[in-house]
Amino acid sequence: MSSTIDTEKPPIPGSAAHTDGAWTIPIQSRAERFASAEHADFAEVTGRELEWRLTPVESVRDLIDGALDGGRFPTVVSDAPGVSTEWVARDDARIGGAGLAEERAAANAWSSFGEALAVTLTAEDFTEVTIDRTGADRTPRAAHTVITAAPNARGIVVIDNRGSARLSENLEIVVGAGAHLTVVSLQEWDDASVHLSSQFARVGRDAVLKHVVVSLGGSVVRVNPSVHLAEQGAQGELLGLYFSDAGQHLEQRVYVHHDAPSTVSRVTYKGALNGDGARTVWVGDVLIGRTAPGTDSYEQNRNLVLSDGTRADSIPNLEIETGDIAGAGHASATGRFDDEQLFYLRSRGIPEQEARRLVVLGFLVEVVQKIGQAELEARLLDAIEAELAAVEVV
Amino acid sequence: MSSLEIRDLHVSIETDQGVKQILRGVDLTVNQGEIHAIMGPNGSGKSTLAYTIAGHPRYRVDSGSITLDGEDVLAMTIDERAKAGLFLAMQYPVEIPGVTVSNFLRTAKTAIDGEAPALRGWIKELKSSMEGMRMDSSFAERNVNEGFSGGEKKRHEIVQLELLKPKIAVLDETDSGLDVDALKVVSEGVNRVKQSTGLGVLLITHYTRILRYIHPDFVHVFVDGRIAEEGGAELAERLENEGYDRFLTGSTVG
Repeated sequence: MSSTIDTEKPPIPGSAAHTDGAWTIPIQSRAERFASAEHADFAEVTGRELEWRLTPVESVRDLIDGALDGGRFPTVVSDAPGVSTEWVARDDARIGGAGLAEERAAANAWSSFGEALAVTLTAEDFTEVTIDRTGADRTPRAAHTVITAAPNARGIVVIDNRGSARLSENLEIVVGAGAHLTVVSLQEWDDASVHLSSQFARVGRDAVLKHVVVSLGGSVVRVNPSVHLAEQGAQGELLGLYFSDAGQHLEQRVYVHHDAPSTVSRVTYKGALNGDGARTVWVGDVLIGRTAPGTDSYEQNRNLVLSDGTRADSIPNLEIETGDIAGAGHASATGRFDDEQLFYLRSRGIPEQEARRLVVLGFLVEVVQKIGQAELEARLLDAIEAELAAVEVV
Repeated sequence: MSSLEIRDLHVSIETDQGVKQILRGVDLTVNQGEIHAIMGPNGSGKSTLAYTIAGHPRYRVDSGSITLDGEDVLAMTIDERAKAGLFLAMQYPVEIPGVTVSNFLRTAKTAIDGEAPALRGWIKELKSSMEGMRMDSSFAERNVNEGFSGGEKKRHEIVQLELLKPKIAVLDETDSGLDVDALKVVSEGVNRVKQSTGLGVLLITHYTRILRYIHPDFVHVFVDGRIAEEGGAELAERLENEGYDRFLTGSTVG
């Protein structure tokens, strides 16, 4: 008796050329996405591309295609033991070590920056660095930053963005073997600011990266962290917190690439939306490659809608190329305020405004408490309180 | 002495099948220091009465009145009712992620009293109340009801009752799902609060079991949205033996 099992796999829909001729085969895996440092290598952006379709492209057109000022962005880096800071030339060996631009605005920044800010942590004792960036005007600018944690270094780097800006930038993070690094990108820009940030991290053997995106201020803020768990035992914890007010667009496209055995990732993004035209986008891509047996991965996004007239897009994507994994999952939920929680608190005498404040704070505080730096946590709670003060009782 | 008066109360809810009338003329007076048990079969409207007193937006009052010491309770918001001295211990207490028990209780106490409690005395009071309800002090730093067992949630409700010191408390099936040890702890807690504050209690229950530990002065049998029979503690004993069958002659409950 011969085997009757047909081992031929059916083609993936869309993977074969159409019979009617010219048709570009769509990219089948997140890993195949084109990357380059050259603006000219990317096709013109129409706003219909997968990468751009949820972004108000016309509001950021100057950053995608216009001339960008590549001079040093106004930056003050705090002194800290075991940390060196320097501005380096475009041909510095550290540049391009963690990734390359994957879309045209990031490539525009890459083509345009003059010098890169290089911050290097070498101390094995825990150290804290603040990169203060206070924008002074609305000139379209490009920036490039490389944060390096030497093997076994320990520390936290907080990038504190304030003032006015139109900025397209690339941030590279290299975490050496055994290092534990936290990087916080905090966007508290003024109401009219625009910020596009592509952040690439490469995490080495048994190293741990905690990456935090906090977006509260700005007109259009798009922060796209991409974390490459490149060597055995590398771990990534990706946290995000955002609060979108009327007319504000806050976007984050997260990518975790499990590319080595026994790598671990946790992605937790939480956001609140309040006011007419408040808009958020979260896209979470996780790729578990053939090279990554024993991977443990979980990603989740939660959005709390506080008023009418808002829109939250939440798109988790999980791509698994190996059967041998320890765990992989994702979750997404976007919901209105829970009226039963409100009733419970109010039935204990707590006025409605205060009850709403408690519930929203409670929702967002989960992410804040995972940052692990008390001063920053306290400051973020204050900032969230300030956002909430503007929320009217519906 | 405070008094909760309910007069000819008619309440309905909005369902997918249209408006459904639930309470059909309830008359009841609960004075401070009294314990009233409301007993009745499932679907008779017991919980609707509890939630209507507390002001849950799902329930629409069509006619009738609820007053506390002559003040119109129905005109009050949910939190105003609590400040006026009403308390509802819920059948299914809600989980509130990210809000610790200690923060929640202090916020509620501050709202009810109109000023923050003095810190030292408050911590002592909280600790002693939790001890009394056999709740480990670690619960103070846990999120409200999150991951609590059914019994822990109910005990947490009684801790709130003790700390917020209402005039009249409605206990909505506080006994349901409790094992006998937890039932005793909860009952002792209610009795202790009544002893110290002169609380009036409206105890809603399906079973007579809890009435062995919390002794009612009055028993009201609820059937089909109104009170079908009233009496003293002896009525509960009769229900224990006979069940609700004699009230259900071909009517609503299957």
